[in-house]
Amino acid sequence: MTMPETTLRVPLHRLAHGRTGDKGNRSNISVIAYRAELFPLIVEQVTEARVAEAFRDRRPAAVRRYVLPKLGALNFVLDDVLDGGVNDSLNLDSHGKALAFRLLEMEVAVPAELESLLAGPR
Amino acid sequence: MATDGLAIGSGAGFSGDRTDAAGPVVATLVSRGGPAALIFETLAERTLALAQIARRQDPATGYEPQLDRFVGPILKACVEHRIPIVGNFGAANPRAAAARLQALGRERGLPRLRVGIVEGDDLSDERGRALLREYLPPGLAAREPVSANVYQGAKVIADALRAGADVVVTGRVADPSLAVGPAMAHHGWQETDWDQLGRATMAGHLLECGAQVTGGYFADPGFKDVPDLHAVGFPIAEIAGDGSFVVTKAERTGGLVDARTVKEQLLYEVHDPAAYLTPDVVADISQAEVSELGRNRVAVSGVRGHPRPATLKVNACFDGGWLGEAEISYAGPNAEARARLAAEVVRRRIGDALAMRFDLIGVLSLFADDGGRAAAARAPGDARDVRLRVAAAHADRARVERLLAEVTALYTCGPAGGGGVRTSLRSRLSTVSCFVPRERVPARFEILE
Repeated sequence: MTMPETTLRVPLHRLAHGRTGDKGNRSNISVIAYRAELFPLIVEQVTEARVAEAFRDRRPAAVRRYVLPKLGALNFVLDDVLDGGVNDSLNLDSHGKALAFRLLEMEVAVPAELESLLAGPR
Repeated sequence: MATDGLAIGSGAGFSGDRTDAAGPVVATLVSRGGPAALIFETLAERTLALAQIARRQDPATGYEPQLDRFVGPILKACVEHRIPIVGNFGAANPRAAAARLQALGRERGLPRLRVGIVEGDDLSDERGRALLREYLPPGLAAREPVSANVYQGAKVIADALRAGADVVVTGRVADPSLAVGPAMAHHGWQETDWDQLGRATMAGHLLECGAQVTGGYFADPGFKDVPDLHAVGFPIAEIAGDGSFVVTKAERTGGLVDARTVKEQLLYEVHDPAAYLTPDVVADISQAEVSELGRNRVAVSGVRGHPRPATLKVNACFDGGWLGEAEISYAGPNAEARARLAAEVVRRRIGDALAMRFDLIGVLSLFADDGGRAAAARAPGDARDVRLRVAAAHADRARVERLLAEVTALYTCGPAGGGGVRTSLRSRLSTVSCFVPRERVPARFEILE
């Protein structure tokens, strides 16, 4: 028997925070769990494949994920996603500073019993 | 804090940083007593190339234009309390910066300011260019760079401090090395004390961007709230003899230091967490942990260090042509359709003369790509306050200027109700990196008394 109300679909923004850094045409985006209890869900669902899909318009040459269990964090490294980087891009945000928030838009499935651990307005 | 510790404060994290941030940091270092140092990181890639251009036009310039405003207010307190200052505000002309610092000292009753000048990073002379011809990609080796600098490390900074410098002024050094240098000098570390150097490197990494570890680049209302962001305090790291460290911030300031701010900045601009490369060490944060010791006090442990790379990174900047940007806004009923029509007008006027990027600010802009793929996939909507932005880059300035003129002409020749045209034209620099054996680019220092 399935009970659809047992799973919530929420943006990653409610489970994690993150920050973008840039070096040349490469972007790194951290994803840091607000609560240790949420980290396994993030590891399971925020995969290299899903991140590559989220940034498909930018045609990443590679997406690598590093898992840092002691920090409750992931570090994603996306190659060739900045249209040449700060010196060559035509983007207003040539550093890609905003890109962490694009990743934080990703939808994540969360068991309803963990709802009280989610960040943000109730 | 451990009695053998060194407190290192950050006075600035980039060239455009607040010039009133260092005051509370120095006041905190003075009031707590004990050994301390203050670092300024003000040197982005572009900053250095612009400084090189300035120096060619006037040999007395080429250092950080805000030097007086960064250092002037705190110089006397630092010297009187034996808090050495280390900054890469020498940019393309550390020697001229040193002369200016001595003049600042004289104005403040410090007639005998000892300034350590670190040199050897500038590869724009004939010898440097010969080296670049060996290591740059063949197509670029023939071109004359605007600037070329090798990233130097902490050792030469430590040597200058040991020789008694009140202020150490450098050109290009690896940002974390600004903090590793004072820690090396204070704790007497050797160049092969990898764990200590790795830990101090991550302390420097957390300090080098100023407020980015104290609540800046962090606040997200309702999710990550930051008290008194308008008065965000700059960070201080307390580095013990084994390199382990605690991050805190200036007293009587806003902002915060907690596990979240430290984790975000720890991973900032990091690729493989097990191999963060600097001239001093390969730092490894794969097993790092952060723990909150108290209000605005966070300890970082578990950082390791591995032997440093055999090569040093060189950045060479070349002329990158011209970037033009022009914007016009539409609001009210059918605004998005009018903005889209304006884009179409510009597209047809310019034709193939330029590869342009079109953004509809208020609909889709930052998350789009230069290839226009994200924009093409976005179905037209009914946004009511839309700013069209057109951008293009080209070696030929006149072509870019024509684009700006076409957007300006939309006032009278474009869709209804277009307002607020702004245009900007600026020269660009493109950066190329290579790696050279460290023994080919020795660092050196001199004390100016």
